[in-house]
Amino acid sequence: MALKLADYKTEVHNDWCPGCGDFGIVNALQMALAEMGIERDKATIFSGIGCSGKTSHFINTYGVHTLHGRVLTFAQGGKLANPEMTVVAVGGDGDGLGIGAGHFVAAGRRNVDMTYIIFDNGVYGLTKGQASPTLKLGEKTKSLPSPNTNYNVNPIGLAVASGFTFVARGYSYDVRHLKDLIIKAVRHKGLSFLDVLQPCPTYNDINTRDWYAGVDLAQESMERHSRIYKLEDTHFDPTVHYNDETEVNEKLSQALIKSLEWGNKIPIGIFYQNEIISQYSTRLTDKIPNYLENPPAKQKISENGVPTTDVSEILDSLRV
Amino acid sequence: MGSIDFTWLIGGPQGSGVDSGANVFSKVCAEMGYNIFGKREFYSNIKGEHSYFAVRVSDEEIHSNVNDVTLMASFDAETIFRHFNEVPKGGGIIYDSDLDKTTTDEVHTLDNYFKERLHKELESKNKPFTIAGVLEIAKEKGVNLYSVSFREILSTLAEKTENPKLKGLVRMFNVLAVSLSLGLIKMPLDPLLQSIDSIFSKKPQIAEINKQAANFAYDYAKSKFSSFQYALTGTTKQPDTILVQGHFGTSIGKMVSGCRFQSYYPITPASDESVYLESHELLEIQNDRPGSTIVIQTEDEISAMGMMIGAALTGTRSSTSTSGPGFALMTEALGWAGINEVPIVITLYQRSGPSTGLPTRHGQDDLLFAVYAGHGDFPKIVYASGDIEESFYDTGRCFNYADVYQIPVIHMMDKFLSSSVVTCKKFDPQKISIDRGLLLDKVEGVYKRFAFTDDGISPRSRLGLDNGIFWNTGDESDESGHITEDPQVRIKMMDKRMSRLDLVTKRIPSDEQVVSFGVHDYTVISWGSTKGPILDAISMLKKEGIDIGFIQIKLIHPFPSDYVQSLLKDTKTIIDIEANHSGQLGKIFRQNISREIDYFVLKYTGRGMTSTEIYDSLKKIVENKANKREVLSHGA
Repeated sequence: MALKLADYKTEVHNDWCPGCGDFGIVNALQMALAEMGIERDKATIFSGIGCSGKTSHFINTYGVHTLHGRVLTFAQGGKLANPEMTVVAVGGDGDGLGIGAGHFVAAGRRNVDMTYIIFDNGVYGLTKGQASPTLKLGEKTKSLPSPNTNYNVNPIGLAVASGFTFVARGYSYDVRHLKDLIIKAVRHKGLSFLDVLQPCPTYNDINTRDWYAGVDLAQESMERHSRIYKLEDTHFDPTVHYNDETEVNEKLSQALIKSLEWGNKIPIGIFYQNEIISQYSTRLTDKIPNYLENPPAKQKISENGVPTTDVSEILDSLRV
Repeated sequence: MGSIDFTWLIGGPQGSGVDSGANVFSKVCAEMGYNIFGKREFYSNIKGEHSYFAVRVSDEEIHSNVNDVTLMASFDAETIFRHFNEVPKGGGIIYDSDLDKTTTDEVHTLDNYFKERLHKELESKNKPFTIAGVLEIAKEKGVNLYSVSFREILSTLAEKTENPKLKGLVRMFNVLAVSLSLGLIKMPLDPLLQSIDSIFSKKPQIAEINKQAANFAYDYAKSKFSSFQYALTGTTKQPDTILVQGHFGTSIGKMVSGCRFQSYYPITPASDESVYLESHELLEIQNDRPGSTIVIQTEDEISAMGMMIGAALTGTRSSTSTSGPGFALMTEALGWAGINEVPIVITLYQRSGPSTGLPTRHGQDDLLFAVYAGHGDFPKIVYASGDIEESFYDTGRCFNYADVYQIPVIHMMDKFLSSSVVTCKKFDPQKISIDRGLLLDKVEGVYKRFAFTDDGISPRSRLGLDNGIFWNTGDESDESGHITEDPQVRIKMMDKRMSRLDLVTKRIPSDEQVVSFGVHDYTVISWGSTKGPILDAISMLKKEGIDIGFIQIKLIHPFPSDYVQSLLKDTKTIIDIEANHSGQLGKIFRQNISREIDYFVLKYTGRGMTSTEIYDSLKKIVENKANKREVLSHGA
């Protein structure tokens, strides 16, 4: 029986604030899973801590709600032990780029075949609106006692520099576009990263839905002035097509330059994609040829309680 | 002890081949049928600081080092300055005659604290602050001095073999020191030559040069050195003996137990285990296709812990190996594994703390930390191995405990164990059983991961299993694993998890919890690697007609209070022996059993205990001459 969108929803009450951008992301994720027809018991959503951390409870697949900043570590462990699973990790920008920044960089270096989605809203919502790593220097969202004293992290730039092989940005109020991006990210062979701009209606009174829609820019005229535009509507080609240093460097630099665009024009879509770089499972199969057919989670380790691992060669080499 | 009880010590700057020299010597002795107990001491340094290896050799079973060094093989001045006092009357020192005039000030790696103590001694005996000075003291004590010019050996050899390159090859000093020793104590040279061949199997020319040097030095010692009262001519070889390094027990134990995922961050003295596992990542499986261990070096210990838990959720037996500082970073996720009932094994190779402490030295400093690690109340098992052989079988137990009780297990090991080299009975994989507890292979009907059951243990699905969907969260959760803050569910869930502790002490066989080596009026309680020196000290005392009991506590948390209490009911005096400052087991003991520890024997210099030291303190205790707290300090 074909799976429907409703099959990917749980009955858990969703307690996000009315109007929260997170709803768009969870909907897009459920739609993407349904469209790809991924069996519910063959997918695991790993999540971090914070409002976005609750995501895994709203999706009717395996769900692992982990620790603040650590979601990528749990997710990589799960994927490496059972590579047949579809793995999506989600978390906030504070989670992934503040407390978890080290894991973010290290994950890029590994390039495990999974997807990481950051719910990027510039604030720590669940602890009442402190500044998070993507909030710009000098900005003062409403619950900050004084303007932000830290420079912001550039999530797209950091991902590109860390070795992520699929780097894209979505917008939580463009659910269809986001759904398509998620599908591309999941199908990408390697580690994909999605930075999703997600207005927090309660604590971020700067980067609001109206702000992204460019309502302030439109005051003088009746014409639409949305700040958001799509890279695919331009001549931007994010893909590394052949294994050549110049080609790779060009694509990396253009992604980095594009990631700096902010203010009145904010690009969404795919910034960078490189499927030429080996994914981690390939690096493993280079030394463990049957890793994918017989991964850790599938290995038989005993027969009626008796271990079947044969270490006699090792023990004989130690014999005196 | 038997007719042979011989300790050989080799020392030198780190990076000069002290270890390989000692490994070869140990191998030769083991091949000759002797039992070996070797320990390695080294600085937190890559090259230049003083390291040494003491190998005790006996034809009887031995479990420890002793204070005395029978024969010291030195090729640098620092080894002589630091260890000459350990050689007793009748013992011997092989040394490089070119060093005679070397002063203490010329040895830059001799620290001022040590130099001050040494100068005081030399002054009091009216000796110069030179190698000649300290050797005079040794000679007056009755130590045999075997003087040889290492450089001269090399140049003679260079001439003889018409290979002028040999002259400057100071890297061969270690081979010379071993060969001179073997010649002096009349051991055969062949095993050494074979070892050289296997070490340099890919560099036959270097092997050849080393073998020439070995032969030459061996003959030199035989012909030029005056007689020595010790000869190691061999003894009956015990069948099925293996020569193992400290981390082999847990590493090979993990392979056999079916651990297929290990994540770790480099740290002394734990990473040897992970490196060994990765070096043997391809596994042979009976009647099946090859298996493998996935070993991942992570960006930090937090990640090592997260990855291990993620892998464990797929039903894979998963583990990490770390030391105190790394374990400190793991404690947050330890609680996550606790509340989510995830079976994991953390192999904790302790070293001296606090903080970085003595990073390459021994300590049993982390027992209380392990027992109390993590915030909030959650169940875990803390289990301690007493020696390398035991650690192989205990690794199997730890994985079974983790699976059966669905809780994290912390397997306590330490630096004393990890840098020992010993002979023991060949590990028997058939003695390890695999019990995965309530791990499911298929799921029918409605599944709830944390379903309330009679004994509090719920059938366990795994990520990716058909129809077995569940949720995990670090929040309090309901039976499905969804967040709840309901006070009544909270009570039931806390009770469900914590009831596991009673099950552990009730269901685990008592001989796996505590090993009793006899109980007497005076009985020692201890845990971990002190086992070996305690056993040897007790047998020394037994020979003098003094009976001392010993119970080795392996299951430390949850503490087997009733069983320990029943074992000790007739004991009059309880002696707690531990390698830490505060007597951590003693604290746990008093907390669980309302009885005072009568004596503490403690050591926290970072060096392992010798049986001599324990013998001395137990004797003082029996003679009623001891302080309540005896602090040991032997070892350079």
